[in-house]
Amino acid sequence: MNQPLDIAKIREDFPILAMPYKDRRLVYVDSAVSGLMPKSVNERIAHYQAFEHTNVHRGVSQLSQEATDRFEEAREKARSFINASSIKQIIWTRGTTESINLVAQTFGRQKVHAGDEILLSAMEHHSNIVPWQLLAEERGAKIRVIPMTDAGELILDELDTLIGERTKLIGVTHVSNVLGTINPVKEIIARAHAKGVAVLVDGAQAVPHMAVDVQDLDADFYVFSGHKLMGPTGIGVLYGKKEHLEAMPPWQGGGSMILSVSWEKTTFIGSPGKFEAGTPPIAQAIGLGAAIDYLRGLGLDQVSAHGHELLAYATERVKGIPGLRIIGEAKAKASVLSFVIDGVHPHDVGTILDHEGIVVRAGHHCAQPVMKRLNIPATTRASFACFNDKDDVDALVEGILKVKEIFG
Amino acid sequence: MSDPRELYQQVILEHNRKPRNFGKLETCTHHADGQNPLCGDEIELTLLVQDGIVQDLKFQGHGCAISQASSSLMTTAVKGKPVAEAEILIEQFREMIRGTLDPSRDPNILGKLSLFQGVKDLPSRVKCAVLPWATLHAAFKGEASASTE
Repeated sequence: MNQPLDIAKIREDFPILAMPYKDRRLVYVDSAVSGLMPKSVNERIAHYQAFEHTNVHRGVSQLSQEATDRFEEAREKARSFINASSIKQIIWTRGTTESINLVAQTFGRQKVHAGDEILLSAMEHHSNIVPWQLLAEERGAKIRVIPMTDAGELILDELDTLIGERTKLIGVTHVSNVLGTINPVKEIIARAHAKGVAVLVDGAQAVPHMAVDVQDLDADFYVFSGHKLMGPTGIGVLYGKKEHLEAMPPWQGGGSMILSVSWEKTTFIGSPGKFEAGTPPIAQAIGLGAAIDYLRGLGLDQVSAHGHELLAYATERVKGIPGLRIIGEAKAKASVLSFVIDGVHPHDVGTILDHEGIVVRAGHHCAQPVMKRLNIPATTRASFACFNDKDDVDALVEGILKVKEIFG
Repeated sequence: MSDPRELYQQVILEHNRKPRNFGKLETCTHHADGQNPLCGDEIELTLLVQDGIVQDLKFQGHGCAISQASSSLMTTAVKGKPVAEAEILIEQFREMIRGTLDPSRDPNILGKLSLFQGVKDLPSRVKCAVLPWATLHAAFKGEASASTE
């Protein structure tokens, strides 16, 4: 067993944590919305921009070759991070949303036809709903939903009946951004594969919290964003199984993705280039690589254990607050804590907490169907990362008590 | 805003707890739905306007204390007033939230509504306060819906 995280030392890696916010200590418990970026990531990006930048996969200059090498090294880091078997299976996108849209508009358009069904879980983020709705609308297909309990666990009893002859794809989140639920995606994938159905896993909230092995999961597609992982915005990953990526048509057309172009016929290179038309987000990819290095340097198991410890502590502390109800009480949870307070709207909670220097997310979390299912308009959500400590949780609890005091 | 209490004053909290004119008019001449897509707040406004006077109005929906209290106080301020005067209120309220009208200095008819001036220091909450007013403006213009986006 490795040593637990040295939080005081980790906090020094995040300059913003040393800056006063609202004249006090910044309590950033909002990493599920976007991770803070460690200095090493920022420095890596700045170094690339200052000394290494030109376009990639172009030209014969040494500068271009080195930029390409750095860019492709980052791809290797992403491959190794989720244990994909080849870098050809790692496609750079702008983020989780773009990754899902890419799959919907290529794989989806090939597979989904009139009368077919796409099965999504009841706890998806809008990014894993809307692209499929657009596809279903276009194709005359239907969306069906895997239900969940009030506690926020998927009900898998009926999964085998829900997966019908017309089911062409299942979309499921690995970790719910609202409820924190860690879904049994490996089991879902096995049951889907037994019926020959492919599964796309939204890993945006999972990769910051736990080690992911796409081969062990046997996922057909696995997608995530750089910025939730303490990397920059504008970069994300689409992992796909080799046979799918080979069969899929290109997505956007343009430079970088062609073998040859003539007025008569254009031919395309293989994956990942086939899906990466145009100049890619180079600095962002290198930044994401640095973020992966940072997290792996801390140790994903340690990060995960620290998250669980903080979640357990926070859950215990807020449970004692009268009128507060935790939203999402699955047995397996990542360090995401949503709650509602009787008679106080989450936006008011968020405003008052912000005044106390505590940054949380308040709202529907881009998951309106989850809100509707649980019959609440919104929640306040705290989410914990490697730099958070028990002082942050204590500050959160004090802040909630202040909210209650103001609202009487 | 040095303290959230300056915004969350008793009057606002009280209107949030017990909103006035809450519900829907069975007979109405004007109707509009307001939405704040960013946070999901929704309001439905029904009005009875006769001879240029807002004889009655009701609102229903859900949202934060600021949008609920703003809706409630708006209905009490507008009820019985000529449409033209209500339009002036809408404009003055918006100017106050934008910070271009200081109710303690500039002439205005805002009265109790000046309680909301603290919102100008909270850019993320401006839309909450303005939502009912934008919806009222849409209703007067005969538009079915208003959005703060």
